[in-house]
Amino acid sequence: MKYADEFRDKTIARGLARAIGAEAESQSEYRFMEFCGGHTHAISRYGLEDMLPANVRMIHGPGCPVCVLPASRIDMAIRLAERPEVTLCVYGDLMRVPGSQGKSLLTAKAFGADIRMVYSTLDAIRIAEQAPNREVVFFAIGFETTTPPTAVMIRLAEKKWLKSFSVFCNHVLTPSAMHSILESPDIRNIGRVEVDGFLGPAHVSAIIGTEPYEVLAQQFGKPIVIAGFEPLDMMQAILMLVRQVNEGRHEVENQYSRAVTRKGNRRAQEEVSDIFELRDQFEWRGLGLVPHSGLKLKQAYAQFDAEMRFAMHEVRVADNPACECGAILRGVKRPVDCELFGTVCTPEIPTGSCMVSSEGACAAHWTYGRFRDYQLRRA
Amino acid sequence: MRATAYQRKLDVKNGRIDLSHGAGGRAMAQLISGLFHEAFGNEWLARGNDQAAFDVGAGRMVMTTDGYVVSPLFFPGGNIGSLAVHGTINDVAMGGARPLYLSASFIIEEGFRFSDLKTIADSMGEAARAAGVYIITGDTKVVERGKADGLFISTTGVGVLADGLDLSAEKARVGDRVLVSGSLGDHGTAIMSRRQNLAFETEIVSDSAALHDLVALMVAAGGSSIRVMRDPTRGGLAAMLNEIAHQSGLGFRLQEEAIPVKPAVAAACELLGLDPLHVANEGKLVAIVAPDMADAVLAAMKAHPLGCDAADIGEAVADNHQFVQMSTGFGGGRIVDWLAGEQLPRIC
Repeated sequence: MKYADEFRDKTIARGLARAIGAEAESQSEYRFMEFCGGHTHAISRYGLEDMLPANVRMIHGPGCPVCVLPASRIDMAIRLAERPEVTLCVYGDLMRVPGSQGKSLLTAKAFGADIRMVYSTLDAIRIAEQAPNREVVFFAIGFETTTPPTAVMIRLAEKKWLKSFSVFCNHVLTPSAMHSILESPDIRNIGRVEVDGFLGPAHVSAIIGTEPYEVLAQQFGKPIVIAGFEPLDMMQAILMLVRQVNEGRHEVENQYSRAVTRKGNRRAQEEVSDIFELRDQFEWRGLGLVPHSGLKLKQAYAQFDAEMRFAMHEVRVADNPACECGAILRGVKRPVDCELFGTVCTPEIPTGSCMVSSEGACAAHWTYGRFRDYQLRRA
Repeated sequence: MRATAYQRKLDVKNGRIDLSHGAGGRAMAQLISGLFHEAFGNEWLARGNDQAAFDVGAGRMVMTTDGYVVSPLFFPGGNIGSLAVHGTINDVAMGGARPLYLSASFIIEEGFRFSDLKTIADSMGEAARAAGVYIITGDTKVVERGKADGLFISTTGVGVLADGLDLSAEKARVGDRVLVSGSLGDHGTAIMSRRQNLAFETEIVSDSAALHDLVALMVAAGGSSIRVMRDPTRGGLAAMLNEIAHQSGLGFRLQEEAIPVKPAVAAACELLGLDPLHVANEGKLVAIVAPDMADAVLAAMKAHPLGCDAADIGEAVADNHQFVQMSTGFGGGRIVDWLAGEQLPRIC
């Protein structure tokens, strides 16, 4: 597989593992958070944890847009889809996410709501064109990676005069969430893990570039290395982080230079800034209200804003008090530290955000890595 | 009554199924005799009874039934009809049995094209003849437009199992080898790529095929040292091995590098965010074989065209947690778990 196999070469991977082992100083602890769910998934899928020395630990961050969507937004989407005139278009991995009453879009669909799984924003446009008498709403979600396609979709809907098409916007921003992990009022309650550096997002950074992370690296004194999703990318980025820690540096370095530049994709950024503006705050499942971390449509595009069009109201709902997602998302606790993990909370019946999507920390550990828990107990 | 006695000829080229074709009257009889009998053509159907009496050889009877609701109905490498024949033949064959007869039940949506129905029925007849199996009885229902996704087919198969052969999941033992007959994920990826209208440089074709000849070779080579055979259809290899792990109380340890996956399938799965180990197959089998006979069974598999890419991918191990574990190409470890719900493409 061209452009993938090159980054999965086991000989090079073992060489990098040896280099990490040699350079990681035995008396030190290295705790690196991979922000991105794609990184969490890949670390588990390829078994990379087994290749790192014991004093280099990966902490799984909140970087999965499905995981961090609060139950209240799912409730809003379900209420919207249950309106008889509405067709709701959603990405497939949102279908099983539970709202506050345990109901999901999948169960709402089974009870008769017109919900369509789509694979791209263009599918939603096509559905809207084919059903001009329906109110077709696209459930937009994702970090900076998926925001430009939503912007393009809105522009296309405007060009095509789609009068009954709108967007339920749930796009969120990465740097704000990283900031919140390092500094937010919740830390007083749940504590903060010492993160020695970040494995920075890949696809997100292809859009926003590496520049937005520079202030974080400086302000908090943490090295950040932007890394691709292939195993060799991650191993190399971990080595780069180990070196920064050893040398006392806290810079933004770019391992994923084949896709990411300092300034990012200007055209995509312009599309997004033309159509969206910052919300004052947005709720993240597990992290609470994070200032300036979400996007909404600008007033000029209000006709495409489903929240305005259908006068949707958000009612915040509390997560299960036994759920440790807030602490797990910040790396303070591990999935197995949560009493719900693997008992009432599994990928089939997820309770907390970390189990909701396959890229969540708990789901990745349950699906790929839970055998290690038993190995630990035996040892 | 002979088909020539009916009043109107089926317009196979331009006609559509209407409700009268399921109403039990003349139109339905004409559909059955003019389309299905013609496609399946055999002496049992020709007698036109509501059931078929048939001979069976010595041994124990094996019976299975399955419903086919695939979308799209036509895909690279086959269609719902050939799939319905292959799938049920394979379920009979996985018991180590020789499949003999099939029944076929059709639920057709009003408005379905005769031409498509004929293509599907013809491919069923062709698949059955190629396998030496007869479709000897059936049923046809027509439902109103919107109440079925074009066409659903159910097939039931019967076969005969030689004395002394008793394959079952609980017979797996620690140390048994896990053999797979060829590359994984071809069928599911072909279906998904068609659903998403994805044009790949190399067209991915379903592996839909009848495996009973391959099974016969394996049984001749391995006999009762073959403990379990199963075809990894929906849920793929992962679901199938987890099922066997739970039934046998054992675990499995696989070697990722030994598991055959075609480069085009691996690439398509990357693009769609799928794991080939969870993707459906329709022409592959997995056999759990006693270690001393594993090489002989593997050699027999490789001697058959449908098993030429067969591989030994791992072993059964003692594990109270019944985990299916895999050593990754990098030397790390991971679980190969059941899929939670349907495998859906990820957002990013």
